Amino acid sequence: MAWRKHDYDKIPGTYVFDGKTAHSAYGLNKLLFSFNSEANRAEFARDKAAYADKFGLTPEQKKALLEDDFLTLLRLGANIYYLAKLAVPRGFTVQDAGAAFQGITTEEFKAALMEKGRGLVEKLERRGGYWNG
Amino acid sequence: MARIVGGVTTSHIPAIGNAMTEKLENTPYWKRFFDGYEPVKQWLADVAPDVAIVVYNDHGLNFFLNNIPTFALGCADRYDNADEGWGLKTLASFEGDAQFSWHIAESLIEQHFDIATCQEMLVDHGFVVPMALMWRHLPKWPVKVIPLAVNTVQHPIPTARRCYALGKALRKAIDSYPEDLKVVIFGTGGMSHQLQGERAGMINVDYDLQTMESVIDDPEWLASQTTAEIIENAGTEGVEIIMWLVMRGALDDRVRVVHKHYHTPISNTGAGVLVLENAESAAERDGARKLVKAA
Repeated sequence: MAWRKHDYDKIPGTYVFDGKTAHSAYGLNKLLFSFNSEANRAEFARDKAAYADKFGLTPEQKKALLEDDFLTLLRLGANIYYLAKLAVPRGFTVQDAGAAFQGITTEEFKAALMEKGRGLVEKLERRGGYWNG
Repeated sequence: MARIVGGVTTSHIPAIGNAMTEKLENTPYWKRFFDGYEPVKQWLADVAPDVAIVVYNDHGLNFFLNNIPTFALGCADRYDNADEGWGLKTLASFEGDAQFSWHIAESLIEQHFDIATCQEMLVDHGFVVPMALMWRHLPKWPVKVIPLAVNTVQHPIPTARRCYALGKALRKAIDSYPEDLKVVIFGTGGMSHQLQGERAGMINVDYDLQTMESVIDDPEWLASQTTAEIIENAGTEGVEIIMWLVMRGALDDRVRVVHKHYHTPISNTGAGVLVLENAESAAERDGARKLVKAA
């Protein structure tokens, strides 16, 4: 048995949600997916540990879940879209996730995003044909 | 006969949905992004499509990892939006066209695209954000819809080339439907973004612009890239851009650009908008307009 290697494995700072990741975190992602339902969210809120046990989480996954340690959950294979069902209602945004991965503050992360738009209008004018208001 | 009036590309990220719910369209952060949709709305009002085929990816509302179809087609009379677990406003249901859907499914499978059929399908932000971008100003959705879901979440995902070929097969399906319907195709998702890992927050403006320009004149440029190449340039979540090729494949080789708009950042992403018409039918329509004017 062997996990196949991929060209994308070499891209720095990048984790692709492939079979290897999904396989290792199936129970965790199933738990996160269940939060589409309000009843399940309420059941989780009543007794988080008992809820985690229903999905067969590993001890590491369970610990991170109970501690709202979203970054560790991502590292342990939570899919970002499934994790959002847990994290976003608790005030943890995709910008917070990105900042945490880079070890910077969310404000710094957002400022770096804003930098990407600097000089955009001029660039589009040079390329031509773009709507520019 | 059914015929394609054109194709539209658009981002579908949830932050846009929240901005519309909170009516932030005219705030400094959002204004340029939303203003760039006004020409799209005007074009849609002019061409008045009967049906929108919306190519999007589900992010964990309808499909879970126990069962991920590479391509799935809604074949229902109605599609509901629903709670995704993170506070997005649930939008009004959408009317489907089951007979047209089943025709498309049969035609695609005859052309060796073994698409999954869904008689119930919850549609998530990937579908509803584009619909709201186009038509939230109207009291009800003015078109019937056909959702076409492409797996871009659980790798292995289909290649860019396969998506382009699906679009070409979709075109044959549409052209062979006997009812007189005007069809618009939305290719949603993208552009460059990566939500996790140390490379999170990457936005590749030059690649995005090259993608937009190639989708117009040289779709082969994008279709020939591997999934790894697209991830490297557009980010793990930016691979959604392959869905634009489904739209593009359904149009003629030669298209006319009605509108081209790019803005960044929107949340963590680059946001690109295209409105494309088949060059030949656009020329015909222009000719007809001139005749009307001359008369």
